[in-house]
Amino acid sequence: MSASTEQIDDILKKGYDAGFVTDIEEEYAPPGLSEEIVRFISKKKQEPEWLLEWRLKAYRRWLEMKEPTWAKVTYPKIDFQDICYYAAPKTNENAPKSLDEVDPELLATYEKLGIPLHEREVLAGVAVDAVFDSVSVATTFRDKLAEVGVIFMPFSEAVQEHPELVKRYLGSVVPVSDNFYAALNSAVFSDGSFVYIPKGVRCPMELSTYFRINAAKTGQFERTLIIADEGSYVSYLEGCTAPMRDENQLHAAVVELVTHEGAQIKYSTVQNWYPGDENGKGGILNLVTKRGLCEGARSKISWTQVETGSAITWKYPSCILKGDDSVGEFYSVALSNHRQQADTGTKMIHLGKNTKSTIISKGISAGHGQQTYRGGVKISRGATNARNYTQCDSLLIGDKCGAHTVPYVDVRNSSSKLEHEATTSRIGEDQLFYCRQRGLSEEDAVSLIVNGFAKQVLKELPMEFAVEAQKLLGVSLEGAVG
Amino acid sequence: MLKIEDLHVEVDGKPILKGINLEIEAGQVHAIMGPNGSGKSTLAYVLAGKDGYEVTKGRVLYKGQDLLEMAPELRAAEGLFLGFQYPVAIPGVSNIYFLKAAVNAIRKHRGEDPLDAIDFMKLSKEKAALVQLPDELTKRSVNDGFSGGEKKRNEIFQMAMLEPSLAVLDETDSGLDIDALKVVAEGVNALRGPDRAMLVITHYQRLLDHIVPDVVHVLIDGQIVRTGDKGLAMQLEKEGYAGVRNALQP
Repeated sequence: MSASTEQIDDILKKGYDAGFVTDIEEEYAPPGLSEEIVRFISKKKQEPEWLLEWRLKAYRRWLEMKEPTWAKVTYPKIDFQDICYYAAPKTNENAPKSLDEVDPELLATYEKLGIPLHEREVLAGVAVDAVFDSVSVATTFRDKLAEVGVIFMPFSEAVQEHPELVKRYLGSVVPVSDNFYAALNSAVFSDGSFVYIPKGVRCPMELSTYFRINAAKTGQFERTLIIADEGSYVSYLEGCTAPMRDENQLHAAVVELVTHEGAQIKYSTVQNWYPGDENGKGGILNLVTKRGLCEGARSKISWTQVETGSAITWKYPSCILKGDDSVGEFYSVALSNHRQQADTGTKMIHLGKNTKSTIISKGISAGHGQQTYRGGVKISRGATNARNYTQCDSLLIGDKCGAHTVPYVDVRNSSSKLEHEATTSRIGEDQLFYCRQRGLSEEDAVSLIVNGFAKQVLKELPMEFAVEAQKLLGVSLEGAVG
Repeated sequence: MLKIEDLHVEVDGKPILKGINLEIEAGQVHAIMGPNGSGKSTLAYVLAGKDGYEVTKGRVLYKGQDLLEMAPELRAAEGLFLGFQYPVAIPGVSNIYFLKAAVNAIRKHRGEDPLDAIDFMKLSKEKAALVQLPDELTKRSVNDGFSGGEKKRNEIFQMAMLEPSLAVLDETDSGLDIDALKVVAEGVNALRGPDRAMLVITHYQRLLDHIVPDVVHVLIDGQIVRTGDKGLAMQLEKEGYAGVRNALQP
């Protein structure tokens, strides 16, 4: 390996800033999974009988299911009896009514992560729901949103306050038996965000949920449900971090989106779970099911993700394009460094006529990182004149990493049109030398090239997140997107 | 400006440069001519600091400093510019954004404030006109999908933006038709000045019809075998490198 490849390695050995642990007293469920634990969680949340039954049904299905092994990732077998399924800061026994009641230690944690929970402070245009281990600790701007009829609250509260909505939509996009991890989540999910945008309302601010895993040996199983009623619009952002720990931690979330006629949901993720150390010790196992249903005609769901963290990423945010003329989009940048492995992509399922989907996937592999794009485009018989455009680009940094592309295409009619483009490139020493000859440091040169590679996706992110994402990709702030 | 003393360079253990001596004063344009494999590009890369070239003997002073000790970006910041023979493409990074990063990195080194977007655009429009670089090319990714001529014009455009003290132009004429050659040469000539030195590396005399050098060196087999004025280039054109070689035989 040449000198400059080693220098690239040094650049890639950046620290993980969010790796601290908050010292706070938490209440735990005993480790292990059983019907008792499912009942325990449901009772903690004071859930109605129907939801407990729903969880138990999921749990029983889960028992019969097998862990999927088709993804190109390897990790130690998960001992599901060694995981704690519920952890909550003690002070939060009854959800605080106002920020003044939130444990200052928690506020300080979010402050440190750059997530303001004080409404008066910066980022006034973003409402935040902060989920700490198994519970939501604060949700900002709820009153202001309520004025226009927007519901934005922790999932567990929505169960109490809007049971009819939860009952109608929960599991309607990702059924309990959809897959192993979705079934697990359905059995033990603890909290998450619930969003409802009423007819014709354009949500006046960005909504965001910030997930934090703090407790050791604990899994996080959040559930997010977003419903955009006819003609409404919402932009939702999601961020995640966790402390550095030596053992793997499990994160198995389910996100369901529903758009009715003419509605639009823009869902953005900046995922920065702890990726493990340079040798692949520790890190989050990010095994997530995200799916959106374009129920109504002319509705649109757009997924944008920047995946820089996690030891393992197994994630395929998908769209079911049921309404005629509905649109699905997937924009992704995934970075695997050191021993990180990512198997990620999307499924676009075209059911309605004239449905359109766009897939832009940018994979960056460095160190010993492994990166797989796995995508499925399915066009059913009735989806006449459907369109899909897929572009999958891979960037390799160094000579020990890998990039893989696995596109599945299934077309059942003759009037549809699909395009697939793929490229693989490597940051070459010649490129770096060229940049350095023009006065840029090697670090800036790598940033510039990576940023250029990811630009097409980063520009889809809301401003606040674009900046965050660029930082995460090791890019200097100078000349931010645009 | 630049003083090369007894420079010996090896690549993969093979001697390429075998004792180069060369001195360039501010305001001068020197040309180095030589056949393929004589070590011309090696000299250019060593001056710019590319990896893989081992200096086994000799030294290079640039503005009185030991050039060979400096990192490539520091050499650039100190005003050394290399016009590449084969400029590389950087997909996804717009030409203008790349240049802005470069210009401001160099300004920072000099302790100057970064140029803001408006001043930068003004400057780049002015300089792009100098080499007739279409606006569209400044917005495209760096050298990505550029023709040979466009790449070379882009190199001179970058040089104009970076305003170096010493420009090393490595076969800037290769791959250019006669019209493009004229445009590039005019761009280079516009940048000549009393504070700036240039080292023009070329195979052919034709570039030197347009960029008239003060001094011409002939590099053969890793050594400068002849040094003269513009007339030497003419003589080479007539007799070829074989002629010079033969003349050197005892």
